[in-house]
Amino acid sequence: MKPAPFHYADPGTLEEVLAVLGQEGAKVLAGGQSLLPLLSMRLAAPATLVDINKVPGLDAVEATGDGVTVGALVRHNALLHDAAAARVQPLLARATANVAHPAIRNRGTTVGSIAHADPSGEMTSVLALTDGHVTVAMPSGRQTVGWRDFFVGPLETSISGPAVVTSAFFPALPPRSGTAFAEIARRKGDYAVCGAGVVVTLDAGGRVASVRAAYVSVGLTPEVHDLTDAVIGQPAESADWAAAGALARTLVDPDTDIHASADYRRLLVGVLTERTLVSAAAEAVGRTAA
Amino acid sequence: MTNVDIERTVTVTVNGVPREATVPVRRLLSDALRHDLGLTGTHVGCEHGVCGACTVLVDGDPVRSCLMLAVQVDGRSVTTVEGLARDDNRGGQVLHPVQEAFRECHALQCGFCTPGFLITIAAGLEKRDNTVELTEEEVDDMVGGNLCRCTGYANIKKAVHHAAATMRDAG
Amino acid sequence: MTTKLFGEPVRRREDARLIVGKGRYLDDIGHSALAAAFVRSPHAHARITDIDVEGALDVEGLVAIYTYEDLHGAMAEPLPVLIPHPQLTAARTGHPLANGEVNHVGEAVVMVVATDRYIAEDAAERIVVSYEELPVVVGVDAAREAAHAVHDEIPDNVGARHHQETGDVEPALAASPHTLSFTQYIERSASMPMEGKGVHARWDADDRSLRVYSSTQASTSVRAAIAAKLELSLEKVEVVAPDVGGGFGVKIVHPWPEELLVPMAAIALGQEVKWSEDRREHFISSAHERQQRQDVTVGYDDDGRITALDVHVWHDHGAYTPYGIIVPIITATQLVGPYVIPVYRVIVESVYTNTVIVTPYRGAGRPQACYAMERTMDRIADALDLDRAVVRERNLIQPSQFPYDQHLTFQDGRPVIYDSGDYPGLLDKLRALVDWSSVEDLRAQAAARGKLLGIGMALYVEGTGPGPYEGGHVQVLGSGKVLVATGLTSQGQGHETSFAQIVASELGVPIEDVEVTTGDTRRFPYAVGTFASRAAVMSGNAIALAARGVREKALRIAADVLEVDPGDLEIDEGLVQVKGVPGTSIPLRTVAVLSNPLRYAFDEAAKQATQFTTHDDTRPPVAEGDAPGLEHRDYYSPIRSTFASGAHAAVVEIDTQTWEIDVVKYAVVHDCGNVVNPMIVEGQVHGGVAQGVAGALYERMAYDKDGQLQNASFMDFLMPYASEVPDIDIDHQQTPSPLNPLGIKGAGEAGVIPGTAAIASAIEDAVGRRIAAMPISPTELYDLMRNDDTELTEAHRRRSGTGAMA
Repeated sequence: MKPAPFHYADPGTLEEVLAVLGQEGAKVLAGGQSLLPLLSMRLAAPATLVDINKVPGLDAVEATGDGVTVGALVRHNALLHDAAAARVQPLLARATANVAHPAIRNRGTTVGSIAHADPSGEMTSVLALTDGHVTVAMPSGRQTVGWRDFFVGPLETSISGPAVVTSAFFPALPPRSGTAFAEIARRKGDYAVCGAGVVVTLDAGGRVASVRAAYVSVGLTPEVHDLTDAVIGQPAESADWAAAGALARTLVDPDTDIHASADYRRLLVGVLTERTLVSAAAEAVGRTAA
Repeated sequence: MTNVDIERTVTVTVNGVPREATVPVRRLLSDALRHDLGLTGTHVGCEHGVCGACTVLVDGDPVRSCLMLAVQVDGRSVTTVEGLARDDNRGGQVLHPVQEAFRECHALQCGFCTPGFLITIAAGLEKRDNTVELTEEEVDDMVGGNLCRCTGYANIKKAVHHAAATMRDAG
Repeated sequence: MTTKLFGEPVRRREDARLIVGKGRYLDDIGHSALAAAFVRSPHAHARITDIDVEGALDVEGLVAIYTYEDLHGAMAEPLPVLIPHPQLTAARTGHPLANGEVNHVGEAVVMVVATDRYIAEDAAERIVVSYEELPVVVGVDAAREAAHAVHDEIPDNVGARHHQETGDVEPALAASPHTLSFTQYIERSASMPMEGKGVHARWDADDRSLRVYSSTQASTSVRAAIAAKLELSLEKVEVVAPDVGGGFGVKIVHPWPEELLVPMAAIALGQEVKWSEDRREHFISSAHERQQRQDVTVGYDDDGRITALDVHVWHDHGAYTPYGIIVPIITATQLVGPYVIPVYRVIVESVYTNTVIVTPYRGAGRPQACYAMERTMDRIADALDLDRAVVRERNLIQPSQFPYDQHLTFQDGRPVIYDSGDYPGLLDKLRALVDWSSVEDLRAQAAARGKLLGIGMALYVEGTGPGPYEGGHVQVLGSGKVLVATGLTSQGQGHETSFAQIVASELGVPIEDVEVTTGDTRRFPYAVGTFASRAAVMSGNAIALAARGVREKALRIAADVLEVDPGDLEIDEGLVQVKGVPGTSIPLRTVAVLSNPLRYAFDEAAKQATQFTTHDDTRPPVAEGDAPGLEHRDYYSPIRSTFASGAHAAVVEIDTQTWEIDVVKYAVVHDCGNVVNPMIVEGQVHGGVAQGVAGALYERMAYDKDGQLQNASFMDFLMPYASEVPDIDIDHQQTPSPLNPLGIKGAGEAGVIPGTAAIASAIEDAVGRRIAAMPISPTELYDLMRNDDTELTEAHRRRSGTGAMA
């Protein structure tokens, strides 16, 4: 289990990064926590690794009223502990806490896991659920790509050729809204058998106005499911969250693998939806009252 | 012009000592530490980042050395298990409290996973305010990302408490 | 008075190096060695039609490539069947490199040697092996059905039919007031030590001698195997087990192909060669264990006493049988556990499949045996509406019945005669420890939280310390240092400490003066190995006997010098002294000097033993029948195994929405006779229990129908982290073994044995549905709960009837 030979460059500017990425078989290395195992197992054998860790300006978390911009070199652990980001979009810390173990979070990057487009990654779903986008640098300039256009398939994104995702933007949690995130994994820190993130938004009267959910390890690419119909207009404190869970089960199309059957995943979609909605609604009520 | 290399000379401070090695760029940090620098205390248990035996500190933070390339620590500081104890200035060494605790609590059997645990726990304990009571949740966080096949973890958790108590008493 | 260290929780001496990174594991040796890597079969069953190495030849740094064609003499022969048995009628082993056919994914086909492992893998990747795929057999049921054969000449896939019986079971069943029958399954797991296997070989061309380091549990036998296969004289081969990063059984198998091929290459190339197994290799080319199908029929009376037991096991032994039928025999003979079984018949059909070989993994057939017996007890209790503990109690062998002959033949060819124990005592302690009677209260409390709670228990008897023998050598140096050596190896059991405790206690010396070496054929060439919970029993007793020999000699020499009777002497803190007469003494180190009459005074101490300082000219300097030096070598060879025992209980809580299974309490009562170091024994129990829980709830080898292992990584093979292992409550009982001088029984494997049985029982108790396949995961439990065909337990029907459970 040793990587096949490759060339390595660690340019100090984005322009240089893009220049090297123009070479045949070049691939970006950021945190490397997904890429290195693939290299060691020889499941990936890029001709050149372009390490972006020396590019300045990519390691910032910027939280504004609109949302949170996470630079390409922000480690999971930094995002997990970023209080300002958590205030603007609480899902970020909640989801990041579920990413592997601390030693992995110290090195792995949030944007890297999004660019890796693994349907069992947490942050892909969070990007979708918050209706976020990524910014991609290309020789022709920077471009913003919405999550729907970005995720094409498992481990597959729409960007090709010399391009680097320089940041991901997660819109702020809207007013009168609450979120929650929960996972079930066989071992703590494993990829989830199923994970769920939800956003509940209330109307001014404290009734459910909108419910959206996205799942981890369910489906080939992140999907956001609108569950509003199951509970619309119901008081947040007494809404029939089980009905929303039941609706969610009918909307998802999970796969079977060695850890869980599709049916079991569907079951968990229902359970986690209901459980997360209860706490998201409570948060929404709190934020509405405030 | 960007350098695109197949081999590089890496300068890194390991356990406080500047070291230099010329390595193929694909060399994993774990292999470089073990085979190029002769620091075989860092062990390799899976080479896909799950077991934690190869955990070292890079600039103070625990990372899996099998999931970094040696070239990526150029100019940085690495601490391995060999660097946990301090010199006592009399030719001997003062063990880190977590090392003492592992021995005292029988927190190791075959010892293969031990360096990764020691490094992770030492970093965890040093980062916290040791006047505050250690919670089980903190302990779980410190030991939860490393695999051990011998001990069943009970004595490893005990050792974390033991080390925390030592560090608290030492102020 | 010397502190008697036997029985004390002495802190481990090996830790001093291991906690500072100064251990010396296999891959820490030989930085300049060439590295070996292997091309392994990607197919579970195929004929090799061509091996094209052309593409690898221009890899810079490539040194050599070996295929089967390069093996000669004994190396070209099949690997040995290590433990032949008359019932192993169709034994098959592979070759060091595949000879035309591969029988499991991972079988070694080509060895590449290069300047480092990276380059060796580069070259291996470029070698093209062409295969003609053959039909694949995976799993015991496919092997039984035998639609295809793993080995052409064994069409029924049966390698051995192991059969033992203690009476005529069919009439006994017919005469039984009740009978019940069931079928259950248990899956594969694996030892999975944190350090994989590894071999380093150095050939001294001038001396024509070979030194091999191997991460092994059996260095002496590896040595013999290498000498035989490479056609070297035994004295030209030395094998050393350095620090070994865990074994749990997988490293007892030998010679692994790599243990022969690496030395072969080192000799051929005249350079050091090393192979360090990587994790993927360990998954697909080491060994697994545990898969069985068990068909059980039991007869019993109205009180739940067993009248007859008939068990038919199909045991999946993988592609080859290098370790014989040890695992099936252990299942067959340990199945009866702590119970009186008036008539017992067991047949184990050991079958071939196109999967990794099956050899002992901690417990070695016992977890399966315990699962069969204990689940039988649960079924009887359920059928009769009796407390599961009560049914067990009624069937237990009583303390007055020892020695108790089960009339079976154990894995060592010796009778299964339990030497000592107190099984009712275990059960009582367990009930108290886990608060067995509180379960209905706990169940109700859990139900109020929306959880299903259940409790289960399992008892076992474990044959430990099988022969044929181990030896020990104890030598006191003129410096006062006491060197101790034994041939068997260590993989974390703390032998350096516990054996030092034994010697310090027996000899009366400070433990700091004692230095223990294990697994080094240079220091002790005769040994069997570390397996079957035998190291403390076998080497512990051998070393005790050796120490006693040294003590006797020391007293004799000291008595001469002090002109007293040896019977009046004692040794304390390294000083031989007259009992009750302080000051009349001689240091043991001086006795050591005097024990070796000298001509040359090479140092200060030696002066005391030279020819003009010793005066008695009436006797030869070395008396007849005596030998120079204060040392003794002795062996312990038991008449048969000694039988440890224990009882475990598990309480589980199950989430009725997600079917997650949480072990909320785990209780252990264990009895391994006298204990050398309780801290170490407790550590063994902890580790064993973790593996038991792992085998019940997390670990399995997920083969697909093509024989591809789907989870050959730590990402998907769910070895527990700390977060998955429950807290463990332990209570102790000690019934010393009458069979050995120290009264000890083995402790290494015990913890793992009852986990699957106890947890299956607890889950069944919680959900009221039959659990007949282990391990079980939440997704499987969900399937079981929503399947209308799942058998309900009688207890569930009774509970539902009273409305106790919604």
